[in-house]
Amino acid sequence: MRSMFQAAALATATFLTLPASAGLSGELKIFLDTSNPAPRATMEAMIARFGALHPDLNIETTIIDREAYKTQIRNFLTADAPDVATWYAANRMRPYVSAGLFEDVSDLWREPEIAENLASTKGAMTIDGKQWGVPYSYYQWGVYYREDIFNELGLEEPATWEEEKANCAKIVASGRACYTIGTKYLWTAGGWFDYLNLRTNGYDFHMALTQGEVEWTDERVRAVFAKWRELIDMGGFIANHQTYSWQEALPFIVNGEATAYLMGNFSVAPMREAGLTDDKLDFYQFVEITPGVAKAEDAPTDTFHIPANAKNKEAAREFLRYVVSAENQTIINNGENLGQLPINAQSAIDDDEFLRQGFEMLSRNSPGGVAQFFDRDAPAEMAKAAMEGFQEFMVFPDNLDDILERLESARQDIY
Amino acid sequence: MADAAFARPGAGTPTETWFHRHRRAIAPWLFLAPGVLFFLFYVIFPIFQSFEISLYKWDGLGEARYVGVENYQKLFKDRAFETSLWNNLKWLVLYLLAVPAGLFIAIFLNQTVTGIRLYKSLFFFPFVISQVVVGLVFTWFYDPTFGLLNTILGWLGTGPLNVLGDPTLVTYGIIVAGLWPQTAYCMILYLTGLNAVDPEQVEAGRLDGARGWRMLWHVVLPQLRPATFIAFVVTIIGALRSFDLISIMTDGGPFGSSRVLSFYMFEKALSEYGFRMGYGAAIAVVLFLIMLGFIAYFLWSMQREEREG
Repeated sequence: MRSMFQAAALATATFLTLPASAGLSGELKIFLDTSNPAPRATMEAMIARFGALHPDLNIETTIIDREAYKTQIRNFLTADAPDVATWYAANRMRPYVSAGLFEDVSDLWREPEIAENLASTKGAMTIDGKQWGVPYSYYQWGVYYREDIFNELGLEEPATWEEEKANCAKIVASGRACYTIGTKYLWTAGGWFDYLNLRTNGYDFHMALTQGEVEWTDERVRAVFAKWRELIDMGGFIANHQTYSWQEALPFIVNGEATAYLMGNFSVAPMREAGLTDDKLDFYQFVEITPGVAKAEDAPTDTFHIPANAKNKEAAREFLRYVVSAENQTIINNGENLGQLPINAQSAIDDDEFLRQGFEMLSRNSPGGVAQFFDRDAPAEMAKAAMEGFQEFMVFPDNLDDILERLESARQDIY
Repeated sequence: MADAAFARPGAGTPTETWFHRHRRAIAPWLFLAPGVLFFLFYVIFPIFQSFEISLYKWDGLGEARYVGVENYQKLFKDRAFETSLWNNLKWLVLYLLAVPAGLFIAIFLNQTVTGIRLYKSLFFFPFVISQVVVGLVFTWFYDPTFGLLNTILGWLGTGPLNVLGDPTLVTYGIIVAGLWPQTAYCMILYLTGLNAVDPEQVEAGRLDGARGWRMLWHVVLPQLRPATFIAFVVTIIGALRSFDLISIMTDGGPFGSSRVLSFYMFEKALSEYGFRMGYGAAIAVVLFLIMLGFIAYFLWSMQREEREG
């Protein structure tokens, strides 16, 4: 009885924010890559709420392992396409967009409800002037640090590169490493490169570089590595990071052997589970490097798409409208569900220290723009070669010339 | 002659169909057909398809563009390919250590003491567990901060050594992990072989004064030749298709220095950052040709053996 009441209340609440569309029927096949327990439950609950609004619609949900999904998507988009599928924004969509496997949903983006409230990610969803999907969630990147150790050493949150280095010198002097990182799977090093590059050269240069318009042997690229090297040479990073995954690098910050972690917000949950309470853990935005360069952030966006071969596109569009609605985004992104940031500007942010800071940073303090991430903005092959180079640089900084020449010849090959 | 005389009157009768006349020749093919069809579709046909794809530039989705031998030309300038090729060679040579190691463990275990069955199964154990588990166990063993290896090195006053993070050591580290189950495999092959060793010949050798190494080399080993042959075949093929350990232990890293051809092919063609089907197929073709060389040699020597026997 109670659940029926709740469903009814939810249904009426949603009808207030959405244009009511009665009479959806048939089958709706949804493929998800949200295979981790919490996201999985979140998505299932969201689909159940959508289903309650459209009782005549027969919804069939398939959840595929997140890693396996990345290769399976190629098969199911061509062979037996669902009506809705999850994926990622920016260049990661490009292979499917150029192969004509994603449906153009620019019409949805012309609806005022979406156009006004999702404007911040429109760029990331756009290829060739059209939009190819809608975002449901994103998360900030930044420096998560041990507040208690900072207090013990008398350090403040830094704002400039000089302060960052001064802090790091004191941390190293206390016998710790400044930053933990695990580069076995490479992409974590991409995060460092992104931030150093975004702060040294800015968002436009980041986009130009990942689009292959700038030579890797360019002086501006070298400047980024020079900054990076300053931290490497002072012993800022933990040793042997090339053998660890990002999870295996967590104990170093949890045990206090390292004091900070440049990571996405998804790292907060495991750190909390490991016992870092909110008075021990805090967050700051990556510091300024070149004064005057507008700060831009990495905020990878997770998205929903309609395959071009979908059978029930009408219902799929309605589902996309529901996914991006302010109310739904508030629910699915709260601390009990995804624990990420909603994209709809009308959504409410959960009262969580890190989500609040992240939202603040992305909405007010990121005038330069929002990048996706190195391996989502660059084509896959370039991303792989470059991130391998970043890892090598972090272990053998002296190999830089060789690495850059290799990347430059890869660039000429790939684009 | 008798057959022909017997068949002739039948050929004239109208009830005798073509199938009836040839059933002796057809029957074996009918029984073989399912196997042959599967083999054609899943082995032979893909081989030729790989050759074909390797001449195209194709992302697996869009239009495939014919580029001739460009993929191969790129391959020979590709440093990552060169590294993979060298690593394959290291695997081939060092993996063969499993054969003598397996032989010595087998000889050591080939005695009748109480509980020998237990010891044998314990030695065989690494081959039973999954390669993934072997990889994980060795990853922890090598771990630079809390791994057993560095604890031991610490007692000896050396180290620390980050085996899996050092581009010069990493391949050797993975091969050692691979040798653990492979030695067990060779051991079990030799244990069965040792059962078939003729005790009379050993007795005769002993009367003639052969002992120790001479006994092993001149009396026992020649009788183990079939086992040795199989051990070599499975070890060489195993070395060429090494993949799971690399994927688990290092994911090809650090910076690609532990890749072998099969892993590189997977990475280029099928992994998250891959989907260069043509290039991947070109790597597969090179790997296939190397394997073909070995397989042809094995077939040839098997046939020679049969003719002699």
